[in-house]
Amino acid sequence: MSAASLGLRVDRRSLVLPVVLVALWTAASASGIANPHVLVPPGTLLAAFASAVRSGDFWTAVGASLARFGAGWAIGSLFGIAVGVAVGTYRPAERVIAPSLDSVRQVALFAWIPLLTAWFGDGEAAKVILIAVAAFFPVALNTESGCRSTPRALIEVGRVLEFDPWTMLRRVVLPSARPAISAGLTIALTSAWIGTIGAEYLIDEGNGLGVYLASARLDSRMDLVIVSMVTLGAIGLALNAGLRAALGGRASENDVVVTDD
Amino acid sequence: MTELASLEVRSASKSFAVNGHHVRALDDVSFAVSPGEFVSIVGPSGCGKSTLLRLVAGLERPDAGEVTFAGARVDGPSLRRGIVFQDHRLLPWLTVEANVGLGLLKSALPDAQKRAAARDYIALVGLNGFEGAYPHQLSGGMAQRAAIARSLAARPQILLLDEPLGALDSLTRGQLQAELLRIWQHEGVTMLMVTHDVNEAVFLSDRIVVMDRNPGRIREILDVNLEKPRRRHDPAFSATAQHLEELLEANPTSPPHG
Repeated sequence: MSAASLGLRVDRRSLVLPVVLVALWTAASASGIANPHVLVPPGTLLAAFASAVRSGDFWTAVGASLARFGAGWAIGSLFGIAVGVAVGTYRPAERVIAPSLDSVRQVALFAWIPLLTAWFGDGEAAKVILIAVAAFFPVALNTESGCRSTPRALIEVGRVLEFDPWTMLRRVVLPSARPAISAGLTIALTSAWIGTIGAEYLIDEGNGLGVYLASARLDSRMDLVIVSMVTLGAIGLALNAGLRAALGGRASENDVVVTDD
Repeated sequence: MTELASLEVRSASKSFAVNGHHVRALDDVSFAVSPGEFVSIVGPSGCGKSTLLRLVAGLERPDAGEVTFAGARVDGPSLRRGIVFQDHRLLPWLTVEANVGLGLLKSALPDAQKRAAARDYIALVGLNGFEGAYPHQLSGGMAQRAAIARSLAARPQILLLDEPLGALDSLTRGQLQAELLRIWQHEGVTMLMVTHDVNEAVFLSDRIVVMDRNPGRIREILDVNLEKPRRRHDPAFSATAQHLEELLEANPTSPPHG
């Protein structure tokens, strides 16, 4: 898969700002105004990157974060779709669930950590649940609104053809809500990745990029801090581009307009 | 051929609240359609003709009176009463063939026969070669043909047509009127069509229900005793069309909400 097909096509103008910043950074480090422990010189950083990618610790951390993220995102998305469909299509479910959903969603994500660690300990369970919570809300809300905005005209077609509720859902409501559900899954991807790093950093137990970042900070290794940050950003970008390609791949094969009678 | 049943509308009334106004869409409407008949409902906009069709389809319920089909009271939609809407209402994410197949989902036929049946109905409406096309690739007339095929595939005993050709250009409309006549004769299905096109009504109908508006009432039911297929420049055709037009113009209607 090429860079362009992953959505990473680059406009040259977008490179101006990074190039200027790197130039200023290099100049500041070379002139000696900046404390090298706070503002790591570019050369040191490149060396840190090179040694990090050769070390097992770094890749173990990346692997642990990705596995956790994947599990949490999948679990949260599944629950999100289920709850979103129920609330978006079934009035009694809406009345019972929607108000609580709206209230609970106001709680900032990381405020869940003390409760989750008290119930599930500092291990994998608490982290995965937190990531699932992060993914759940965007998926649930978008699925709900997508199901709710299924055109009434199409619902009537299903009624006239005597569709049972399951057929109506599978043939009419879900396909109609598909773009909204895809949007929810994409937003959830970003919030789940943020949740992954937050959970690892704040719980600071076991493996993961967040833990790697936290210990780099503790050791005052600003070079490793930046290595972690760059890695986080790059993985986030790649996950987004990958999902976009997976979801959008089938959408636009039919653009030909035929007119004839 | 499935056995056909007759439709009866008895003293049906229906009101809506529109912008806080109470609108009597239908007031004490009664008529019957015999098996195999082609009946049209014509009238000015706002006369409740589409509401009447939705009552027959079971998509709305009358406030008073009742609709019966084959002797049983209509209280919801049924595959036995198919409907074609003015907008084609094809599912945009399905091909023509899959859309037509929706009419066969409830059928007990094995899958291979369902496929064959869907293709037969696509051929019947003249869409051969477009089985794999998506609705947005079709012209308005083609989409409406697909919608008709979808309704017919469910083997309804009566087909309700809610101004199905109203959004089409006049050339396409003329072609589809001839197609509808052919399908009606070929399938032997009862048809009840709402239209505001006088020529269309005279071209297709055995009887024409003429409606008033405000409130929506039946003004007259006209028999059209001309042999089919009818020719539009035949003097008897023109005379009937003119009579129908005069009936409609003579309507003592006030403007809606006036």
